[in-house]
Amino acid sequence: MSAAIDTGNTGFGDTGRAADSGRLAAKFETLRREGRGGLVTFVTAGDPDYATSLRIVQGLPGAGADVIEIGMPFTDPMADGPSIQAASLRALRAGMTLRGTLKLVTEFRQTDAETPIILMGYYNPIYSYGVERFLTDARAAGVDGLIVVDLPPEEDGELCLPALAAGINFIRLATPTTDDKRLPTVLANTSGFVYYVSITGITGAATATEEAITEAVGRLRRHTDLPVAVGFGITTPAAAASVARLADAAVVGSAIVNRITANLDETGLAAPGLVDDVLAFVRTLSEGVRAARG
Amino acid sequence: MSSCLIEDPHHLPNTLRAGPDEDGRFGIFGGRFVSETLMPNILELEAAYALARNDPAYHAEMGGYLKHYVGRPSPLYFADRLTEHLGGARIYLKREDLNHTGSHKVNNVLGQILLARRMGKRRIIAETGAGQHGVATATLCARFGLECVIYMGAVDIERQKPNVDRMRLLGATVVPAMSGSMTLKDAMNEALRDWVTNVRETFYCIGTVAGPHPYPMMVRDFQTVIGDEVREQVREAEGRLPDSVIACLGGGSNAMGLFHPFLDDREVLIYGVEAAGLGLESGKHAASLTGGRPGVLHGNRTYLLMDEDGQIQEGHSISAGLDYPGIGPEHSWLHQIGRVKYISATDQEALSAFHLLTRLEGIIPALEPAHALAKVVEMAPSLPADHVMVMSLSGRGDKDVPQVAEMMAGQP
Repeated sequence: MSAAIDTGNTGFGDTGRAADSGRLAAKFETLRREGRGGLVTFVTAGDPDYATSLRIVQGLPGAGADVIEIGMPFTDPMADGPSIQAASLRALRAGMTLRGTLKLVTEFRQTDAETPIILMGYYNPIYSYGVERFLTDARAAGVDGLIVVDLPPEEDGELCLPALAAGINFIRLATPTTDDKRLPTVLANTSGFVYYVSITGITGAATATEEAITEAVGRLRRHTDLPVAVGFGITTPAAAASVARLADAAVVGSAIVNRITANLDETGLAAPGLVDDVLAFVRTLSEGVRAARG
Repeated sequence: MSSCLIEDPHHLPNTLRAGPDEDGRFGIFGGRFVSETLMPNILELEAAYALARNDPAYHAEMGGYLKHYVGRPSPLYFADRLTEHLGGARIYLKREDLNHTGSHKVNNVLGQILLARRMGKRRIIAETGAGQHGVATATLCARFGLECVIYMGAVDIERQKPNVDRMRLLGATVVPAMSGSMTLKDAMNEALRDWVTNVRETFYCIGTVAGPHPYPMMVRDFQTVIGDEVREQVREAEGRLPDSVIACLGGGSNAMGLFHPFLDDREVLIYGVEAAGLGLESGKHAASLTGGRPGVLHGNRTYLLMDEDGQIQEGHSISAGLDYPGIGPEHSWLHQIGRVKYISATDQEALSAFHLLTRLEGIIPALEPAHALAKVVEMAPSLPADHVMVMSLSGRGDKDVPQVAEMMAGQP
């Protein structure tokens, strides 16, 4: 295993990594300069349909999202709670595929060259698509990083190392069960940032205490210079603000997805005003985050 | 495991019983595809099992319960009326249906529960399809005073009601899995979500030879008691090894338990029978090996039923225990290298076999082994009279009686 490096934004070297897009490093540098924590927003690609989903994603930077995390729908999202499970199934029912997710990123990039895009999901659709082909297409689409829940460091040969070699960041999850002994293994091939899962559990479930998050972020910082984002269970502007004070970024997922759910008509299709309502909610999160260290 | 196995399936290594490698792989199959939250727990389990596996005290304890609580060894029964009826091979049935709790599942659960006790885990969770694994788990949790939570697909709860009642009587909490197809796959998703939430105090007792390493190996080890006994019993009865062995498979634990001790006896033909549901061509089946391709789900790489986009498809089988879109990774490897021949039986074939055994031998089989029996019925007549065939009768059919009776009532 190669050694951990600063932000993953390095040139070709003996680490077997290609230069990435630089968008993530630039974003975290901007945040540092502005003296604030960032907001990472999650939505599932194609939820509730492709066109609505694209409009949401296109509107996110304007609503204050610093990094956009896009869920790749999967039939069996084992780490996700009911909200994101339902979002995945809605997207699949509306015909979303991995190819469609990459198309959505490509369309987003036509009007936004700066906001980092992270794809999050499970390994099987990528494995089925073909790892090399996926990395080539993802890079071409403008993807900056990957979070793949069911690929721990023990399976780095599958996608993590090929992704780093292809110039795409591989963002690892660290969890409350990742102890000091194991952290170096988890961090070794992590790049872009570290995503701290603040609870043991599924998305959208419990909320960690501020004290526990402070302790965990401190522990991570002793092991790495990478930016630390904290997610799972952050549902309100106040909670996002509190996390943004402690970490480099707060990740909000289920709460945004819940706003989509609340704006579906009785047939499960997007009601008028869905996009505006979702983006208005993201704006409140963003205001919370921006005021946090003020 | 050397990579030449994959490039040249016909060049087999000296032993086929050495897997998995240290990464939990059988060839390209297996592995540890789980979230980071679970990883420390998986490593802890691997270490604890490695210790137990080499501890004579652990085996002595297990042996005692297998004999006095489970009722092992289970008989190897010569089915002479079935043999006479089919007019070919000599058919032996390995009577796992006579185990306490009514199926082979208890062999594995005993091993895991004794391990959980050694690890100090007081809360046990499990997924179940037909309910046989759930019943076995609830039983041993009652025996050892452990908290027990069983995840079961809502559809399966409906079609295997007798087992649900048994689990509840035994003190288990049965939680319906409401997502997806509401069958075994979804029960496993829910169990994994529970585990990731309550990871520190919970032991996940997986019911088949699937999931992240070390489960496929560990469950196999606990089930090989089936094949080990068969070797001895068939030698006693026939003075030699069988010519063929056959078992049904969903995840494949009874099959692996029967097959593994025979893998290196190349003269023994081995057949695994998947559920063909309404027929392979109908698309409504659970035959992952014959109708699927390699993918990653529930912690391991294995053959899966999926669409072009890598989305998992729902299995279909009359038998809730076979209704799973995947299969244990070691089976995928044995399929790839060609050591085991995997075939399939439809719902209808299994039902016919179910009735045949009930009437001819006075044994009501579970619908799961009725699939293996269907292929015995198909193959035996054309085999010579000195061909010795051993089938794993993995469970009894009591749980299926309401379902079958209902289907019979619907017929003229």
